[in-house]
Amino acid sequence: MKTGVLAVQGAFIEHRRIIEALGTECVEIRQEKDLSGIDGIILPGGESTVQGQLIRKTGMFDTIKNEILKGLPVLATCAGLILLSEKIEGQDERHLSTLPVTVKRNAYGRQLGSFMTRGSVGDIKDFPEVFIRAPYITAVSPEVDILSKMDDNTVGVKYKKQLGFAFHPEMTEDSRVHEMFLKLI
Amino acid sequence: MKDTQYELNKGLAQMLKGGVIMDVTSAEQAEIAEKAGASAVMALERIPADIRAAGGIARMSDPKLIKEIQNAVSIPVMAKCRIGHFVEAQVLEALEIDYIDESEVLTPADDVYHIDKTKFKVPFVCGARDLGEALRRIKEGASMIRTKGEPGTGDIVQAVRHIRKMNSEIRKVTSLSEDELYEEAKELKVPYGLLLEVREKGKLPVVNFAAGGVATPADAALMMQLGAEGVFVGSGIFKSGNPAKRAAAIVQAVTNYEDAKLIAELSEDLGDAMVGINEDEIKLIMEERGI
Repeated sequence: MKTGVLAVQGAFIEHRRIIEALGTECVEIRQEKDLSGIDGIILPGGESTVQGQLIRKTGMFDTIKNEILKGLPVLATCAGLILLSEKIEGQDERHLSTLPVTVKRNAYGRQLGSFMTRGSVGDIKDFPEVFIRAPYITAVSPEVDILSKMDDNTVGVKYKKQLGFAFHPEMTEDSRVHEMFLKLI
Repeated sequence: MKDTQYELNKGLAQMLKGGVIMDVTSAEQAEIAEKAGASAVMALERIPADIRAAGGIARMSDPKLIKEIQNAVSIPVMAKCRIGHFVEAQVLEALEIDYIDESEVLTPADDVYHIDKTKFKVPFVCGARDLGEALRRIKEGASMIRTKGEPGTGDIVQAVRHIRKMNSEIRKVTSLSEDELYEEAKELKVPYGLLLEVREKGKLPVVNFAAGGVATPADAALMMQLGAEGVFVGSGIFKSGNPAKRAAAIVQAVTNYEDAKLIAELSEDLGDAMVGINEDEIKLIMEERGI
């Protein structure tokens, strides 16, 4: 089993460390050729505007989108969730657009609005959740499973083999969300 | 709670990794930078090359300008305050800036003390020329480090010198025994605990970017290959012939910093680079401020 983490910008090394600590191979994806032979992909935190441009400029956009539509398992966190979402509030531009949810960027405000809390992620209880200039989900299609809520807002979802979170499981020592992702493969 | 905030602040720097932070002096430039792929912008009244040319005292930017830039883009907005000027920092925190750069580019307000950054909720990035400076800034509360380089020159030599020195000092620390570390801590004038952390991780405890003198995609890739985790570009973009194209090329060079063929393509037809100025031609050495 081989996974890949999109490594065009952002906190990709943190994901790679956790996946490798779980005993699974994880390659860094910077170009089209790096996508061959992976059984699952991680879209990390970072800046979605930057990542969105770079996956287009590096020519990976169509391949990633098609593979996800064909069922390649995905774990997307923060900026990654924005890349996956079908709708982004306040803007027309979308990216991979494979996850039928609407997301609101910088939903908690600027850095002074960043916070940590603990909550449930599906069956996982008491999971540490790190929100950094985070988005949240404002609407989901009926077929989307809601895994996490923070106050009244949705912050974790599953749709087919796509997992999307507004927070950063890669910024913690807790690998349960990554294990959930590996089980989809 | 304090520790939580510091973790969140270090975390934001982690999200900026592999990216380019660009100096901008207007909302219009900020939009160009965002479209070109900047992962954050630094709001400034004047870019370092112009500060150098104008002389006089360089201070924190006008809050009006900072707000205009904040309203123009969705990426993080940083701003600079003078070394030791904790009230400028308080003002920037009140403006809800995403990161404060306590910067040697501005005229220092205190020639002895840096800001006690542990008193703030907002994160700070600081410049450093070596491991000692970096760890002293981290002890004061900085959650991100950048090389000082020599700002506003378009000359990469000082940034290279600083990152090489830091790397070699980190390698030395990783080879020392625990008891030898006490002496090293004394030599470097840094706390033992932080040095121990460097020894365990083989890197700084916070994210380390390159800054000062980056003018081309190859400069940016050079700093990445030398171990920088991202790049600040100051005067290099908006002092060049085609800012949008050069900015986008530098962004891609930082992502694929080991792909020389791609960097060759990216370097083609970028228009004039900033003219630049050699270190022995300048009178004001900013890197010596705040050590």
